Amino acid sequence: MGKKILLEKEHIEGIRYFDTYRKNGGYAAADKAFKMSAADVVEEVKKSGLRGRGGAGFPTGMKWSFLAKPEGVPRYLVCNADESEPGTFKDRYLMEFLPHLLIEGLLISSYALGSERTYIYIRGEYAWIEDILDEAIAEANRAGYLGQNILGSGFNCQIYVQRGAGAYICGEETALLESLEGKRGNPRIKPPFPAIKGLWDCPTVVNNVETLAAVVPIILMGGEAYSKIGLGKSTGTKLISACGNINKQGVYEIDMTISVEEFIYSDEYCGGIPNGKKLKACIPGGSSVPILPANLTLKTAKGEARMMTYESLADGGFPTGSMMGSGGFIVLDEDQCVVRHTLSLARFYRHESCGQCSPCREGTGWMEKILHNIEYGKGEMKDIDLLWDIQSKIEGNTICPLGDAAAWPVAAAIRHFRDEFEWHVLNPEEALKRNFGLAHYADPIEVAVG
Amino acid sequence: MSEQKTFKVTIDNITVDVEAGTTILQAARKIGGDVVPPAMCYYTRLQHSGGYCRTCLVRVAAGSTADPRPMPKLVASCRTPVMDGMVVENITNPAVLEARKGVVEFLLINHPLDCPVCDQAGECDLQDLSFNHGAEATRYEFKRRTFERIDLGPYIQLHMTRCILCYRCVYTADQVAGKREHGVLDRGDHSQIATYIQESLDNEFIGNVIDVCPVGALTDRTFRFKNRVWFTKPVEAHRDCPTCTGKVRLWMRGDDVLRVTARKDQWGEVEEWICNECRFEKKKVSDWKIAGPTRVDRHSVISAGHYTNILKPNETFSAIMDGQKPKQLMDIHDVSEVNNVDLNEIKGPATGATFDGNPKSSGVNVTDIKTGEGRNLEGTDSTNPNTP
Repeated sequence: MGKKILLEKEHIEGIRYFDTYRKNGGYAAADKAFKMSAADVVEEVKKSGLRGRGGAGFPTGMKWSFLAKPEGVPRYLVCNADESEPGTFKDRYLMEFLPHLLIEGLLISSYALGSERTYIYIRGEYAWIEDILDEAIAEANRAGYLGQNILGSGFNCQIYVQRGAGAYICGEETALLESLEGKRGNPRIKPPFPAIKGLWDCPTVVNNVETLAAVVPIILMGGEAYSKIGLGKSTGTKLISACGNINKQGVYEIDMTISVEEFIYSDEYCGGIPNGKKLKACIPGGSSVPILPANLTLKTAKGEARMMTYESLADGGFPTGSMMGSGGFIVLDEDQCVVRHTLSLARFYRHESCGQCSPCREGTGWMEKILHNIEYGKGEMKDIDLLWDIQSKIEGNTICPLGDAAAWPVAAAIRHFRDEFEWHVLNPEEALKRNFGLAHYADPIEVAVG
Repeated sequence: MSEQKTFKVTIDNITVDVEAGTTILQAARKIGGDVVPPAMCYYTRLQHSGGYCRTCLVRVAAGSTADPRPMPKLVASCRTPVMDGMVVENITNPAVLEARKGVVEFLLINHPLDCPVCDQAGECDLQDLSFNHGAEATRYEFKRRTFERIDLGPYIQLHMTRCILCYRCVYTADQVAGKREHGVLDRGDHSQIATYIQESLDNEFIGNVIDVCPVGALTDRTFRFKNRVWFTKPVEAHRDCPTCTGKVRLWMRGDDVLRVTARKDQWGEVEEWICNECRFEKKKVSDWKIAGPTRVDRHSVISAGHYTNILKPNETFSAIMDGQKPKQLMDIHDVSEVNNVDLNEIKGPATGATFDGNPKSSGVNVTDIKTGEGRNLEGTDSTNPNTP
């Protein structure tokens, strides 16, 4: 049984409101943190080994320690709640049911970083959650946990919620800052990094919702204790939003000690695949990360069981591995068409590319058109190689990671499911009527290593 | 911090000393020659420009002497500052050339390639780029993105189909013209330069967007379709202008001033911004004090047609012909042999009517230069004020 830390109190009725949250031990971490010095709070987070939950998995404590602290310049903490990755909906769950957990985490982090004005940049489509957060902030203000001279510490902090306008690209931290400043949401060119020059050219830390919420249990139990949960460098618990062909879709909190197999088939989590179908493929970390065929989902190329940890999911690099990403766990059963699936992702990235740098602007559209041709029976064999070439020229050559995120799913689909693409090209009429099916993917065949 | 430090940078095995804070691209320009990465969106005189087109990608093989690790990805040389002891690979690294080739292909997939009818042809950065760094053919087999032509006031026409979204005109309007009335709308491959609600750009320095445009997306309506740039002779000239410095380059054919632009340096960048009056209104030789012919150093066809460095053939024609004089093969005549129309009488573009017994009539594709604004569906233009 996995340990629940973040979602421990989610079942309590009325936990959304301040009084219930307070009665159930809420804001105890804030009380504790305000007795510590700001540097000690950062030190605890460093000790906890907490890694960014937004996708990149960068150690949070290290990110915080990079924050420049020039005299007389305000510093900002921005919470990235622009969760728009297809397959990822964990932050929505957290904010909708436990808004005060986020507010508390933000308050502690703001105190640690010295941010007196803290922003939550929330996805435009989450309109009702903005209301929930606004209400929670008002409650916290009334209770004295926000505003002037919080808990007599002399520290002032106010949290503002800003809604985006429905752009995936604004989840990229510098595009988010541009959008927050009221400009067009184009990613900035790095360096300078936000820790030096961020919001309004001031030092800024941008963290994911789940990362900031995780600061609360870290302060409560101490960084040491938190770092003992999980495997290796994947410390603590992670929210996984599972969807696709599974019996129980939803948000699960795992403590990163279980295997992927257990996560998919155990009744405690996804509960297996409906109608007795077989697993065909899995995207373990949201639409941007490489898709894995069934055999590589359950076992690494070395034959070890694949675990739900940052390291194990990335084992084998891109040839045979994937990434933890943002924890959007998408399962495809034997009835799903990988080409169609890749097309729908390519369409998404084409639509969401900001159009700033040329490889991503032009390449995403080109990939979508080719995939559309292959899916609808107009593809040629050379298109598959062309697709591979286009993705390789987008990857790594763009300003922000959206180009990589558009290239990786296409690359992985061709890498692992090339025969399905070829089948589409060779049997265009059949491909319109039925799906390729499972073929050999679910068989525990030997995987060529290297 | 204020002390002047110089950094040693090695680009393609050539070491150069540059000031701290210089970008890799500027350091490469200091060396010159083939090691200079191409730049489509970067503009030295425009702050924050660069980093978008990705044609200037280079590999940093060693970050600095203090931290000699290579950078994991190719970096945009126009926006990456140099460090002491940095080692950069440009043309010596096949991966860089391959990536650049890819970028050129991406830039061209939605470009109409209408160079034969484009006014920018001959001085187009994209032409030079694709000639120098691109592949022979595209692999793109789909319909290209198109837009309607839009007249942004009396002087500038926007042909968004040709645009490569370098953002230079946006920064120019921000930083030079002072009041920006256009920007980028939408996103992805349907993003466009637009004024949102169609209106004219009427700042007195807005004409400079034509000079900074690397392609033929923003063109001078007073010059459109009047001539090809390689037939016109560049001449340095100046006048006492109350608004700008008045230092310009005239593009002349015979005694006619066909076009006025700002002076550009060897990287195709404007040296001094000029005002709209100088650019669009002063089209007579008498308006200007002419200093002399311009020598254009750049590679493209505009450097043809100089007055200087004229090469004479070693052998004369008669020497090749063994002392024989060349026979006149073609008779160039003044009067049409079809219906005896005096060709010198035709003014402006000739049409069918000209030879239909109405020799004085010429093509009516002239719009009023002062009133044209908004969509230009016919795509006609030319605002030729000299035609009747």
